[in-house]
Amino acid sequence: MELLSFGDTGWGDELFFATLMTIAVSIAAMAIGFIFALIFTPLKLSKNKTLNVIGNCYTTIIRGVPELLVIYLLFFGGTGAAMYVASIFGYDGYIEINAFITGALAIGIISGAYSTEVFRGAILSIDKGQFEASKVLGIKKYIQFYKIILPQMLRLSIPNLSNVWQITLKDTSLISVTGLVEIMRQSYIAAGSTRDPLFFYSVAAVLYLMLTFLSMKLINKLEIKYSKGY
Amino acid sequence: MISIFPSLLSGAVITLQLLVSSMFFGLIIGLIFAILRINKNPIINKFAYGYSYFFRGTPLLVQLYLIYYGLANIEFLRNSFFWVIIKEPYWCAIIAFSLNTGAYTSEILRSAFQTIKKGYIEAAQSLGVTKKITFYRIQLPIAIKQSLPAYGNEIILMLKGTSLASVITIMDLMGEARKVNVLTFKPFEAFITAGIIYLFITFIIHNIIKYLEKKYGFQT
Repeated sequence: MELLSFGDTGWGDELFFATLMTIAVSIAAMAIGFIFALIFTPLKLSKNKTLNVIGNCYTTIIRGVPELLVIYLLFFGGTGAAMYVASIFGYDGYIEINAFITGALAIGIISGAYSTEVFRGAILSIDKGQFEASKVLGIKKYIQFYKIILPQMLRLSIPNLSNVWQITLKDTSLISVTGLVEIMRQSYIAAGSTRDPLFFYSVAAVLYLMLTFLSMKLINKLEIKYSKGY
Repeated sequence: MISIFPSLLSGAVITLQLLVSSMFFGLIIGLIFAILRINKNPIINKFAYGYSYFFRGTPLLVQLYLIYYGLANIEFLRNSFFWVIIKEPYWCAIIAFSLNTGAYTSEILRSAFQTIKKGYIEAAQSLGVTKKITFYRIQLPIAIKQSLPAYGNEIILMLKGTSLASVITIMDLMGEARKVNVLTFKPFEAFITAGIIYLFITFIIHNIIKYLEKKYGFQT
């Protein structure tokens, strides 16, 4: 227990901040994922063949390739790509992309693919009559989307989004390979310097369990709140 | 691009070995824990639930590190004959992956067991079929058929999971891709080629499961 004390002698405060970092990365990744999902869901549902293929490629490739691969690609390739783009604009210095941004982006791309599938399923399960009714009433397409489809879609997708959140939360442990100090990285450092890996990885496991447990409780509350009246 | 292909393929072989052996052990573990989960004894039940909760609630990387770095820290394990197994990263990876996929498999099988129509079991009972035979000849085959689609997803998830073996020095497909990246400084070629191989394996698994579903799938 002494190892977990706060202050200079223990790892308590380091692990606490690492936990906050994990939460921050997960939320950032989830938000980025939503942006990707909102772009690719319409593509997957569109009647245009080309757009359809683009949407399908995104979800199939990202879900068929290891998460670690996406992270490495962005981590090792991202710097090169950024420097290449910068060199076009006449900047030749070294650019280093922040580990937080690369990590959040990589996990975001992955969670976006899962969110896309969730949103697609939710939209497909909305009664067709509602689309037709709003069309008959002369409601404009984007108002139809924002006022009728989106609210229902979000409600229907909460249970599945909670799964996506769990996957995202666990995937953030992979960012540790790029050196971002979150739970996994911090336990790795602590285990290395105290030579007690069993203890620190157990602590990491408990922290992750706590996070998943608490977020499940929270999401269940949200679910109850938003399914009122149904 | 062509020059890096042989080394990546040799990595892919290791990846497939890891996948097949962990799926094999995982299926056995999953089946045992699914049976424990539907047991009416609350202690056995809770134990099985705790197992699946732990392995589904923590990242695979944590489990891998716990087994690879953590177990080696226990004195008596190091002195026992288990050391022969847990000193090898390859076996550690298989243990971690099997336990992980076992937890997910047990959940898949459990939900399959629970969705079996009561009528089947009642019918068997009224025909005087013993409990054991009801389980082996009626419940188990139906559960396996019903869980085929979900199990297919689990195989693909596990294929992606095996890439983590590369962080504990195993030269699987991911490890080879990392090596190529370090040697040539060409991250895009290395990782995209590896990605294509992963996609190809995913594609094959997907189609095998689809075929099995068509052939043995459960039609209601």
